[in-house]
Amino acid sequence: MIRAWLIQHGFVFFLTLKRLISTPLTSLLSIIVMGIALSLPAGIYVLMQNLQAFSGQTASSPQMSLFLKLDTPQDSIEKIHQRLEENPQILTVQFIPKDAALQQLQQSTGLTDIAASLARNPLPDAFVIHTQENTAEALEQLRLAMQKWPEIEHVQFDSAWIERLNALLELGRFAVLMLATLLSVAIIAIMFNTIRLQILTKRDEIELSKLIGATDSFIRRPFLYFGALQGLAGGATAWLIMALAIRTFNEQLVTLSQLYAIDLQLQPLTTADSISLLLFSGWLGWLGARISVASHLWQIEPK
Amino acid sequence: MIAFKNVSKRYPDGYVALNNVDLSVASGEMVFLTGHSGAGKSTLLKLIAAIERPTSGVITISGQNIAQLKPAAIPYLRRKIGFIFQDHKLLFDRTVFDNVLLPLQISNFDHNTVAARVRAALDKVGLLKKEKAMPIALSGGERQRLCIARAVVHRPAILIADEPTGNLDVEYARDIMSLFTSFNQVGVTVLIATHDASLLEDTQHRILSLKQGKLAA
Repeated sequence: MIRAWLIQHGFVFFLTLKRLISTPLTSLLSIIVMGIALSLPAGIYVLMQNLQAFSGQTASSPQMSLFLKLDTPQDSIEKIHQRLEENPQILTVQFIPKDAALQQLQQSTGLTDIAASLARNPLPDAFVIHTQENTAEALEQLRLAMQKWPEIEHVQFDSAWIERLNALLELGRFAVLMLATLLSVAIIAIMFNTIRLQILTKRDEIELSKLIGATDSFIRRPFLYFGALQGLAGGATAWLIMALAIRTFNEQLVTLSQLYAIDLQLQPLTTADSISLLLFSGWLGWLGARISVASHLWQIEPK
Repeated sequence: MIAFKNVSKRYPDGYVALNNVDLSVASGEMVFLTGHSGAGKSTLLKLIAAIERPTSGVITISGQNIAQLKPAAIPYLRRKIGFIFQDHKLLFDRTVFDNVLLPLQISNFDHNTVAARVRAALDKVGLLKKEKAMPIALSGGERQRLCIARAVVHRPAILIADEPTGNLDVEYARDIMSLFTSFNQVGVTVLIATHDASLLEDTQHRILSLKQGKLAA
Protein backbone atom coordinates (compact mmCIF):
# COMPACT_ATOMS: atom_id res chain seq x y z
CA MET A 1 0.00 0.00 0.00
CA ILE A 2 2.72 2.44 1.05
CA ARG A 3 4.89 1.15 -1.79
CA ALA A 4 2.15 1.78 -4.31
CA TRP A 5 1.73 5.27 -2.86
CA LEU A 6 5.46 5.95 -3.14
CA ILE A 7 5.55 4.66 -6.70
CA GLN A 8 2.59 6.87 -7.57
CA HIS A 9 4.30 9.93 -6.13
CA GLY A 10 7.63 9.07 -7.73
CA PHE A 11 5.83 8.72 -11.03
CA VAL A 12 4.16 12.11 -10.68
CA PHE A 13 7.48 13.66 -9.62
CA PHE A 14 9.24 12.51 -12.79
CA LEU A 15 6.23 13.37 -14.93
CA THR A 16 6.38 16.90 -13.53
CA LEU A 17 10.12 17.15 -14.13
CA LYS A 18 9.48 16.05 -17.70
CA ARG A 19 6.82 18.71 -18.06
CA LEU A 20 9.19 21.39 -16.73
CA ILE A 21 11.89 20.33 -19.16
CA SER A 22 9.52 19.95 -22.11
CA THR A 23 8.93 23.73 -22.13
CA PRO A 24 12.45 24.86 -21.27
CA LEU A 25 12.11 28.55 -22.15
CA THR A 26 8.83 29.11 -20.31
CA SER A 27 10.04 27.19 -17.27
CA LEU A 28 13.38 28.99 -17.24
CA LEU A 29 11.77 32.41 -17.52
CA SER A 30 9.35 31.73 -14.66
CA ILE A 31 12.14 30.33 -12.54
CA ILE A 32 14.34 33.38 -13.19
CA VAL A 33 11.49 35.76 -12.37
CA MET A 34 10.91 33.91 -9.10
CA GLY A 35 14.63 33.81 -8.38
CA ILE A 36 15.04 37.56 -8.83
CA ALA A 37 11.94 38.29 -6.78
CA LEU A 38 13.22 36.11 -3.95
CA SER A 39 16.81 37.33 -4.13
CA LEU A 40 15.77 40.91 -3.32
CA PRO A 41 14.50 40.34 0.22
CA ALA A 42 17.03 37.55 0.78
CA GLY A 43 19.86 39.88 -0.31
CA ILE A 44 18.78 42.61 2.08
CA TYR A 45 18.49 39.97 4.77
CA VAL A 46 22.11 38.91 4.15
CA LEU A 47 23.22 42.54 4.35
CA MET A 48 21.41 42.95 7.65
CA GLN A 49 22.89 39.77 9.09
CA ASN A 50 26.33 41.07 8.21
CA LEU A 51 25.68 44.51 9.69
CA GLN A 52 24.38 42.91 12.85
CA ALA A 53 27.39 40.65 13.12
CA PHE A 54 29.60 43.71 12.62
CA SER A 55 27.84 45.72 15.30
CA GLY A 56 27.92 42.68 17.58
CA GLN A 57 31.68 42.41 17.13
CA THR A 58 32.34 45.99 18.08
CA ALA A 59 29.86 45.99 20.88
CA SER A 60 30.78 42.59 22.22
CA SER A 61 33.11 44.08 24.83
CA PRO A 62 32.35 47.77 24.90
CA GLN A 63 34.89 50.16 26.23
CA MET A 64 34.33 52.90 28.84
CA SER A 65 36.62 55.63 30.02
CA LEU A 66 36.50 56.72 33.68
CA PHE A 67 38.08 60.12 34.31
CA LEU A 68 38.99 60.80 37.93
CA LYS A 69 38.81 64.16 39.65
CA LEU A 70 42.04 66.10 39.48
CA ASP A 71 44.29 65.59 42.47
CA THR A 72 42.77 62.31 43.51
CA PRO A 73 45.19 60.84 46.05
CA GLN A 74 47.11 57.69 45.19
CA ASP A 75 45.41 55.49 47.79
CA SER A 76 41.94 56.39 46.45
CA ILE A 77 43.10 55.48 42.99
CA GLU A 78 44.18 52.08 44.24
CA LYS A 79 40.87 51.57 45.99
CA ILE A 80 38.99 52.35 42.79
CA HIS A 81 41.26 50.03 40.86
CA GLN A 82 40.45 47.26 43.29
CA ARG A 83 36.73 47.96 43.14
CA LEU A 84 36.77 47.82 39.37
CA GLU A 85 38.70 44.57 39.34
CA GLU A 86 36.23 42.99 41.73
CA ASN A 87 33.20 43.96 39.63
CA PRO A 88 32.05 40.86 37.69
CA GLN A 89 30.58 43.03 34.94
CA ILE A 90 34.03 44.32 34.09
CA LEU A 91 36.44 42.22 32.08
CA THR A 92 39.65 44.26 31.97
CA VAL A 93 40.87 47.31 33.78
CA GLN A 94 43.68 49.50 32.56
CA PHE A 95 44.99 52.45 34.55
CA ILE A 96 46.32 55.41 32.59
CA PRO A 97 48.16 57.87 34.85
CA LYS A 98 47.88 61.50 33.86
CA ASP A 99 51.58 61.73 33.00
CA ALA A 100 51.34 58.86 30.58
CA ALA A 101 48.25 60.43 29.06
CA LEU A 102 50.07 63.69 28.51
CA GLN A 103 52.99 61.91 26.95
CA GLN A 104 50.72 60.05 24.62
CA LEU A 105 49.00 63.26 23.68
CA GLN A 106 52.30 64.86 22.84
CA GLN A 107 53.45 61.95 20.74
CA SER A 108 50.29 61.32 18.84
CA THR A 109 49.30 64.85 18.10
CA GLY A 110 52.62 66.54 17.73
CA LEU A 111 51.62 69.21 20.20
CA THR A 112 54.88 68.91 22.11
CA ASP A 113 55.43 72.63 22.21
CA ILE A 114 52.02 73.49 23.49
CA ALA A 115 52.15 70.74 26.08
CA ALA A 116 55.54 71.90 27.23
CA SER A 117 54.25 75.41 27.64
CA LEU A 118 51.57 74.32 30.05
CA ALA A 119 52.26 75.19 33.65
CA ARG A 120 50.79 71.95 34.91
CA ASN A 121 49.33 68.75 33.47
CA PRO A 122 45.65 69.46 32.71
CA LEU A 123 44.79 65.82 32.20
CA PRO A 124 43.19 63.66 34.88
CA ASP A 125 44.11 60.11 35.83
CA ALA A 126 41.88 57.67 34.00
CA PHE A 127 40.80 54.07 33.80
CA VAL A 128 39.86 52.30 30.62
CA ILE A 129 37.63 49.29 31.17
CA HIS A 130 36.08 46.67 28.96
CA THR A 131 32.75 45.40 30.15
CA GLN A 132 30.99 42.14 29.73
CA GLU A 133 27.64 43.80 29.09
CA ASN A 134 26.77 44.76 25.56
CA THR A 135 23.16 45.89 25.66
CA ALA A 136 22.61 49.59 25.66
CA GLU A 137 20.52 49.55 28.86
CA ALA A 138 22.98 47.50 30.92
CA LEU A 139 25.84 49.71 29.81
CA GLU A 140 23.93 52.82 30.70
CA GLN A 141 23.16 51.42 34.16
CA LEU A 142 26.81 50.59 34.75
CA ARG A 143 27.81 54.04 33.62
CA LEU A 144 25.35 55.70 35.99
CA ALA A 145 26.47 53.52 38.91
CA MET A 146 30.10 54.44 38.44
CA GLN A 147 29.28 58.06 37.87
CA LYS A 148 28.05 58.19 41.48
CA TRP A 149 31.42 57.25 42.92
CA PRO A 150 32.81 60.37 44.61
CA GLU A 151 36.28 60.28 43.04
CA ILE A 152 34.95 59.98 39.51
CA GLU A 153 34.51 63.13 37.57
CA HIS A 154 33.06 61.66 34.40
CA VAL A 155 32.32 58.33 32.79
CA GLN A 156 32.42 58.43 29.04
CA PHE A 157 30.76 55.89 26.94
CA ASP A 158 29.39 56.42 23.49
CA SER A 159 26.41 54.10 23.30
CA ALA A 160 24.44 56.33 21.00
CA TRP A 161 25.85 54.92 17.77
CA ILE A 162 25.03 51.35 18.79
CA GLU A 163 21.49 52.40 19.59
CA ARG A 164 21.27 54.15 16.26
CA LEU A 165 22.61 51.13 14.45
CA ASN A 166 20.17 48.86 16.26
CA ALA A 167 17.30 51.15 15.36
CA LEU A 168 18.46 51.12 11.74
CA LEU A 169 18.70 47.35 11.78
CA GLU A 170 15.20 47.16 13.22
CA LEU A 171 13.98 49.37 10.38
CA GLY A 172 15.85 47.21 7.89
CA ARG A 173 14.26 44.08 9.31
CA PHE A 174 10.85 45.64 8.87
CA ALA A 175 11.70 46.56 5.27
CA VAL A 176 12.81 42.99 4.57
CA LEU A 177 9.58 41.66 6.01
CA MET A 178 7.48 44.04 3.93
CA LEU A 179 9.42 43.37 0.74
CA ALA A 180 9.33 39.62 1.34
CA THR A 181 5.56 39.72 1.90
CA LEU A 182 4.91 41.74 -1.24
CA LEU A 183 7.16 39.62 -3.43
CA SER A 184 5.75 36.41 -1.96
CA VAL A 185 2.31 37.54 -3.02
CA ALA A 186 3.76 38.27 -6.47
CA ILE A 187 5.25 34.77 -6.66
CA ILE A 188 1.96 33.20 -5.62
CA ALA A 189 0.24 35.24 -8.34
CA ILE A 190 2.78 34.10 -10.96
CA MET A 191 2.28 30.47 -9.96
CA PHE A 192 -1.49 30.91 -9.90
CA ASN A 193 -1.43 32.06 -13.50
CA THR A 194 1.06 29.42 -14.68
CA ILE A 195 -1.09 26.65 -13.24
CA ARG A 196 -4.27 28.25 -14.62
CA LEU A 197 -2.80 28.07 -18.13
CA GLN A 198 -1.71 24.48 -17.57
CA ILE A 199 -5.16 23.49 -16.40
CA LEU A 200 -6.69 25.11 -19.48
CA THR A 201 -4.39 23.18 -21.83
CA LYS A 202 -5.01 19.95 -19.95
CA ARG A 203 -8.74 20.37 -19.83
CA ASP A 204 -9.46 17.23 -21.88
CA GLU A 205 -7.21 15.07 -19.77
CA ILE A 206 -8.69 16.38 -16.53
CA GLU A 207 -12.26 15.90 -17.73
CA LEU A 208 -11.55 12.35 -18.93
CA SER A 209 -9.70 11.49 -15.72
CA LYS A 210 -12.70 12.60 -13.69
CA LEU A 211 -14.99 10.51 -15.89
CA ILE A 212 -13.01 7.34 -15.39
CA GLY A 213 -12.67 7.57 -11.63
CA ALA A 214 -9.77 9.86 -10.75
CA THR A 215 -9.99 11.35 -7.27
CA ASP A 216 -9.54 15.09 -6.83
CA SER A 217 -6.20 14.55 -5.13
CA PHE A 218 -4.98 12.48 -8.09
CA ILE A 219 -5.86 15.31 -10.46
CA ARG A 220 -4.39 17.98 -8.17
CA ARG A 221 -1.12 16.15 -7.52
CA PRO A 222 0.85 16.92 -10.71
CA PHE A 223 -0.04 20.61 -10.50
CA LEU A 224 1.02 20.83 -6.86
CA TYR A 225 4.27 19.06 -7.68
CA PHE A 226 4.81 21.47 -10.53
CA GLY A 227 4.27 24.46 -8.25
CA ALA A 228 6.55 23.13 -5.53
CA LEU A 229 9.29 22.12 -7.96
CA GLN A 230 9.24 25.42 -9.80
CA GLY A 231 9.22 27.27 -6.47
CA LEU A 232 12.19 25.22 -5.33
CA ALA A 233 14.03 25.99 -8.56
CA GLY A 234 13.21 29.68 -8.05
CA GLY A 235 14.66 29.51 -4.54
CA ALA A 236 17.79 27.82 -5.83
CA THR A 237 18.12 30.57 -8.46
CA ALA A 238 17.79 33.23 -5.77
CA TRP A 239 20.48 31.48 -3.76
CA LEU A 240 22.78 31.39 -6.78
CA ILE A 241 22.16 35.05 -7.57
CA MET A 242 23.10 35.95 -4.01
CA ALA A 243 26.15 33.72 -3.89
CA LEU A 244 27.41 35.37 -7.09
CA ALA A 245 26.54 38.86 -5.83
CA ILE A 246 28.32 38.32 -2.51
CA ARG A 247 31.41 37.00 -4.29
CA THR A 248 31.56 39.96 -6.63
CA PHE A 249 30.90 42.34 -3.76
CA ASN A 250 33.66 40.82 -1.64
CA GLU A 251 36.15 41.25 -4.47
CA GLN A 252 35.31 44.92 -4.50
CA LEU A 253 35.58 45.10 -0.71
CA VAL A 254 39.18 43.89 -0.74
CA THR A 255 40.45 47.33 -1.74
CA LEU A 256 38.36 49.01 0.91
CA SER A 257 39.54 46.53 3.54
CA GLN A 258 43.15 47.25 2.74
CA LEU A 259 42.63 51.00 2.96
CA TYR A 260 40.98 50.79 6.35
CA ALA A 261 43.04 47.85 7.60
CA ILE A 262 39.94 46.03 8.80
CA ASP A 263 38.42 42.79 7.73
CA LEU A 264 35.43 43.68 5.60
CA GLN A 265 33.89 40.54 4.11
CA LEU A 266 30.23 39.79 3.49
CA GLN A 267 29.33 36.41 4.90
CA PRO A 268 27.04 34.28 2.68
CA LEU A 269 23.76 32.74 3.87
CA THR A 270 24.16 30.13 6.58
CA THR A 271 23.17 26.54 5.80
CA ALA A 272 20.05 26.89 7.95
CA ASP A 273 19.05 30.10 6.17
CA SER A 274 19.70 28.51 2.77
CA ILE A 275 17.48 25.56 3.62
CA SER A 276 14.80 27.93 4.92
CA LEU A 277 14.97 29.90 1.67
CA LEU A 278 14.54 26.74 -0.42
CA LEU A 279 11.72 25.37 1.72
CA PHE A 280 9.93 28.71 1.76
CA SER A 281 10.16 29.16 -2.02
CA GLY A 282 8.97 25.60 -2.58
CA TRP A 283 6.08 26.24 -0.25
CA LEU A 284 5.20 29.49 -2.04
CA GLY A 285 5.06 27.66 -5.38
CA TRP A 286 2.96 24.91 -3.87
CA LEU A 287 0.60 27.45 -2.32
CA GLY A 288 0.13 29.36 -5.59
CA ALA A 289 -0.59 26.08 -7.38
CA ARG A 290 -2.96 24.96 -4.62
CA ILE A 291 -5.01 28.16 -4.79
CA SER A 292 -5.08 28.01 -8.59
CA VAL A 293 -6.14 24.37 -8.66
CA ALA A 294 -8.83 25.00 -6.06
CA SER A 295 -10.30 27.87 -8.04
CA HIS A 296 -10.13 26.26 -11.50
CA LEU A 297 -10.59 22.51 -11.21
CA TRP A 298 -14.18 22.60 -10.04
CA GLN A 299 -15.08 24.45 -13.23
CA ILE A 300 -14.12 21.36 -15.23
CA GLU A 301 -17.03 19.15 -14.34
CA PRO A 302 -17.73 16.52 -17.00
CA LYS A 303 -21.17 16.56 -18.58
CA MET B 1 -26.87 -5.26 -10.65
CA ILE B 2 -28.36 -2.04 -11.98
CA ALA B 3 -31.83 -0.92 -10.88
CA PHE B 4 -33.80 2.30 -11.58
CA LYS B 5 -36.90 3.12 -9.53
CA ASN B 6 -39.13 6.02 -10.58
CA VAL B 7 -36.11 7.86 -11.95
CA SER B 8 -36.69 11.26 -13.53
CA LYS B 9 -34.17 13.70 -14.86
CA ARG B 10 -35.05 17.27 -15.60
CA TYR B 11 -32.28 19.56 -16.83
CA PRO B 12 -31.96 23.09 -15.44
CA ASP B 13 -33.44 24.49 -18.65
CA GLY B 14 -36.66 22.57 -17.97
CA TYR B 15 -36.08 19.79 -20.50
CA VAL B 16 -37.25 16.43 -19.15
CA ALA B 17 -34.85 13.75 -20.40
CA LEU B 18 -36.20 10.85 -18.34
CA ASN B 19 -39.66 10.51 -16.89
CA ASN B 20 -40.39 7.91 -14.20
CA VAL B 21 -38.14 5.21 -15.55
CA ASP B 22 -38.09 1.75 -13.92
CA LEU B 23 -35.64 -0.85 -15.10
CA SER B 24 -33.35 -3.54 -13.84
CA VAL B 25 -30.36 -5.22 -15.43
CA ALA B 26 -29.12 -8.47 -13.92
CA SER B 27 -25.46 -9.19 -13.29
CA GLY B 28 -23.86 -10.69 -16.42
CA GLU B 29 -26.69 -9.56 -18.66
CA MET B 30 -26.24 -7.77 -22.00
CA VAL B 31 -28.88 -5.17 -22.77
CA PHE B 32 -29.46 -2.79 -25.69
CA LEU B 33 -30.99 0.61 -25.25
CA THR B 34 -32.59 2.09 -28.33
CA GLY B 35 -34.59 5.12 -29.25
CA HIS B 36 -34.36 8.25 -31.37
CA SER B 37 -31.76 10.83 -30.57
CA GLY B 38 -33.06 12.92 -27.72
CA ALA B 39 -35.02 10.01 -26.27
CA GLY B 40 -32.83 10.01 -23.15
CA LYS B 41 -30.40 7.15 -23.89
CA SER B 42 -27.27 9.12 -23.07
CA THR B 43 -28.84 10.60 -19.96
CA LEU B 44 -29.73 7.15 -18.69
CA LEU B 45 -26.18 5.89 -19.17
CA LYS B 46 -24.71 9.01 -17.54
CA LEU B 47 -26.94 8.51 -14.51
CA ILE B 48 -25.41 5.07 -13.95
CA ALA B 49 -21.88 6.51 -13.78
CA ALA B 50 -23.09 9.47 -11.69
CA ILE B 51 -22.01 11.86 -14.44
CA GLU B 52 -25.52 13.24 -14.13
CA ARG B 53 -27.59 13.10 -10.94
CA PRO B 54 -31.30 12.20 -11.04
CA THR B 55 -33.90 14.84 -10.18
CA SER B 56 -35.92 12.19 -8.37
CA GLY B 57 -35.99 8.45 -7.91
CA VAL B 58 -33.53 5.81 -6.74
CA ILE B 59 -30.67 4.26 -8.73
CA THR B 60 -28.87 1.32 -7.19
CA ILE B 61 -25.75 -0.39 -8.47
CA SER B 62 -24.75 -3.57 -6.63
CA GLY B 63 -27.12 -2.47 -3.88
CA GLN B 64 -25.53 0.96 -3.52
CA ASN B 65 -27.78 4.01 -3.88
CA ILE B 66 -26.10 6.24 -6.44
CA ALA B 67 -28.38 9.21 -5.84
CA GLN B 68 -27.09 9.53 -2.27
CA LEU B 69 -23.42 9.04 -3.10
CA LYS B 70 -21.10 11.68 -1.64
CA PRO B 71 -18.91 13.45 -4.23
CA ALA B 72 -15.79 11.87 -2.74
CA ALA B 73 -17.21 8.38 -3.34
CA ILE B 74 -18.05 8.92 -7.01
CA PRO B 75 -14.54 8.12 -8.36
CA TYR B 76 -14.71 4.68 -6.77
CA LEU B 77 -18.10 3.98 -8.39
CA ARG B 78 -16.72 5.01 -11.78
CA ARG B 79 -13.80 2.60 -11.42
CA LYS B 80 -16.28 -0.29 -11.39
CA ILE B 81 -17.59 0.86 -14.76
CA GLY B 82 -15.97 0.88 -18.16
CA PHE B 83 -17.47 3.74 -20.16
CA ILE B 84 -17.22 4.10 -23.93
CA PHE B 85 -18.08 7.67 -24.71
CA GLN B 86 -19.99 8.82 -27.74
CA ASP B 87 -17.30 11.42 -28.48
CA HIS B 88 -14.44 8.97 -27.73
CA LYS B 89 -12.54 11.37 -25.45
CA LEU B 90 -9.17 10.04 -26.57
CA LEU B 91 -6.10 12.03 -25.56
CA PHE B 92 -4.24 13.07 -28.67
CA ASP B 93 -1.07 14.15 -26.88
CA ARG B 94 -0.02 10.58 -26.03
CA THR B 95 0.40 7.19 -27.61
CA VAL B 96 -2.19 4.43 -27.92
CA PHE B 97 -0.41 2.63 -25.08
CA ASP B 98 -0.54 5.64 -22.76
CA ASN B 99 -4.21 6.22 -23.51
CA VAL B 100 -5.02 2.72 -22.28
CA LEU B 101 -2.63 3.14 -19.34
CA LEU B 102 -4.52 6.10 -17.87
CA PRO B 103 -7.31 4.15 -16.08
CA LEU B 104 -4.70 1.95 -14.41
CA GLN B 105 -2.70 4.95 -13.23
CA ILE B 106 -5.85 6.51 -11.85
CA SER B 107 -6.83 3.46 -9.84
CA ASN B 108 -3.29 2.89 -8.50
CA PHE B 109 -2.68 -0.46 -10.11
CA ASP B 110 0.42 -2.46 -9.26
CA HIS B 111 3.28 -0.94 -11.20
CA ASN B 112 4.73 -4.28 -12.26
CA THR B 113 1.63 -5.58 -13.98
CA VAL B 114 0.25 -2.49 -15.72
CA ALA B 115 2.22 -2.88 -18.93
CA ALA B 116 1.08 -6.49 -19.30
CA ARG B 117 -2.53 -5.48 -18.66
CA VAL B 118 -2.40 -2.66 -21.22
CA ARG B 119 -0.96 -5.03 -23.83
CA ALA B 120 -3.58 -7.67 -23.03
CA ALA B 121 -6.36 -5.11 -23.56
CA LEU B 122 -4.78 -3.86 -26.80
CA ASP B 123 -4.35 -7.43 -27.99
CA LYS B 124 -8.00 -8.16 -27.27
CA VAL B 125 -9.11 -5.34 -29.60
CA GLY B 126 -6.39 -6.07 -32.17
CA LEU B 127 -4.31 -2.93 -31.67
CA LEU B 128 -1.21 -4.48 -30.10
CA LYS B 129 0.95 -3.59 -33.08
CA LYS B 130 -0.12 0.05 -32.86
CA GLU B 131 0.75 0.63 -29.21
CA LYS B 132 3.33 3.28 -30.08
CA ALA B 133 1.09 5.06 -32.60
CA MET B 134 -0.64 8.33 -31.83
CA PRO B 135 -4.46 8.26 -31.89
CA ILE B 136 -4.52 10.80 -34.71
CA ALA B 137 -2.98 8.16 -36.98
CA LEU B 138 -5.76 5.66 -36.34
CA SER B 139 -8.82 5.05 -38.50
CA GLY B 140 -12.33 5.53 -37.14
CA GLY B 141 -12.75 1.84 -36.39
CA GLU B 142 -9.37 1.65 -34.71
CA ARG B 143 -10.17 4.62 -32.54
CA GLN B 144 -13.38 2.97 -31.44
CA ARG B 145 -11.47 -0.18 -30.55
CA LEU B 146 -8.94 1.93 -28.64
CA CYS B 147 -11.83 3.35 -26.62
CA ILE B 148 -12.96 -0.19 -25.85
CA ALA B 149 -9.47 -1.23 -24.76
CA ARG B 150 -9.33 1.77 -22.44
CA ALA B 151 -12.76 0.92 -21.01
CA VAL B 152 -11.92 -2.71 -20.22
CA VAL B 153 -8.25 -2.50 -19.18
CA HIS B 154 -9.10 -2.25 -15.47
CA ARG B 155 -11.56 -5.17 -15.80
CA PRO B 156 -14.75 -3.41 -14.75
CA ALA B 157 -17.88 -5.33 -13.75
CA ILE B 158 -20.06 -3.11 -15.92
CA LEU B 159 -19.36 -1.98 -19.47
CA ILE B 160 -21.38 0.93 -20.84
CA ALA B 161 -21.20 2.04 -24.47
CA ASP B 162 -22.88 5.13 -25.88
CA GLU B 163 -23.38 4.76 -29.65
CA PRO B 164 -20.26 2.61 -30.11
CA THR B 165 -20.90 2.05 -33.82
CA GLY B 166 -21.98 5.62 -34.53
CA ASN B 167 -20.00 6.45 -37.66
CA LEU B 168 -18.77 3.01 -38.64
CA ASP B 169 -19.79 0.99 -41.67
CA VAL B 170 -21.63 -2.29 -41.15
CA GLU B 171 -18.62 -4.58 -41.21
CA TYR B 172 -16.71 -2.59 -38.58
CA ALA B 173 -19.89 -2.34 -36.53
CA ARG B 174 -20.25 -6.13 -36.47
CA ASP B 175 -16.60 -6.44 -35.34
CA ILE B 176 -17.27 -4.09 -32.47
CA MET B 177 -20.47 -5.88 -31.51
CA SER B 178 -18.72 -9.26 -31.40
CA LEU B 179 -16.15 -7.71 -29.03
CA PHE B 180 -18.94 -6.69 -26.67
CA THR B 181 -20.44 -10.16 -26.87
CA SER B 182 -17.12 -11.72 -25.93
CA PHE B 183 -16.81 -9.46 -22.87
CA ASN B 184 -20.34 -10.41 -21.89
CA GLN B 185 -19.43 -14.08 -22.22
CA VAL B 186 -16.78 -13.72 -19.49
CA GLY B 187 -19.35 -12.27 -17.10
CA VAL B 188 -19.26 -8.51 -17.70
CA THR B 189 -22.63 -6.73 -17.53
CA VAL B 190 -22.93 -4.84 -20.82
CA LEU B 191 -25.23 -1.93 -21.60
CA ILE B 192 -25.20 -0.51 -25.13
CA ALA B 193 -27.11 2.51 -26.35
CA THR B 194 -27.63 2.63 -30.10
CA HIS B 195 -30.03 3.98 -32.67
CA ASP B 196 -28.60 1.58 -35.27
CA ALA B 197 -31.52 -0.81 -35.97
CA SER B 198 -29.36 -3.11 -38.11
CA LEU B 199 -27.38 -4.11 -35.03
CA LEU B 200 -30.48 -5.35 -33.31
CA GLU B 201 -31.97 -7.50 -36.06
CA ASP B 202 -30.51 -10.85 -35.10
CA THR B 203 -29.70 -10.28 -31.45
CA GLN B 204 -30.92 -12.58 -28.71
CA HIS B 205 -30.31 -9.98 -26.03
CA ARG B 206 -32.93 -7.86 -24.32
CA ILE B 207 -33.80 -4.57 -26.00
CA LEU B 208 -35.10 -1.60 -24.03
CA SER B 209 -36.53 1.21 -26.08
CA LEU B 210 -36.84 4.74 -24.83
CA LYS B 211 -39.40 7.13 -26.20
CA GLN B 212 -39.52 10.73 -25.04
CA GLY B 213 -37.98 9.84 -21.70
CA LYS B 214 -40.18 6.85 -21.02
CA LEU B 215 -39.47 3.16 -21.39
CA ALA B 216 -41.73 1.52 -23.95
CA ALA B 217 -43.06 -1.88 -23.03
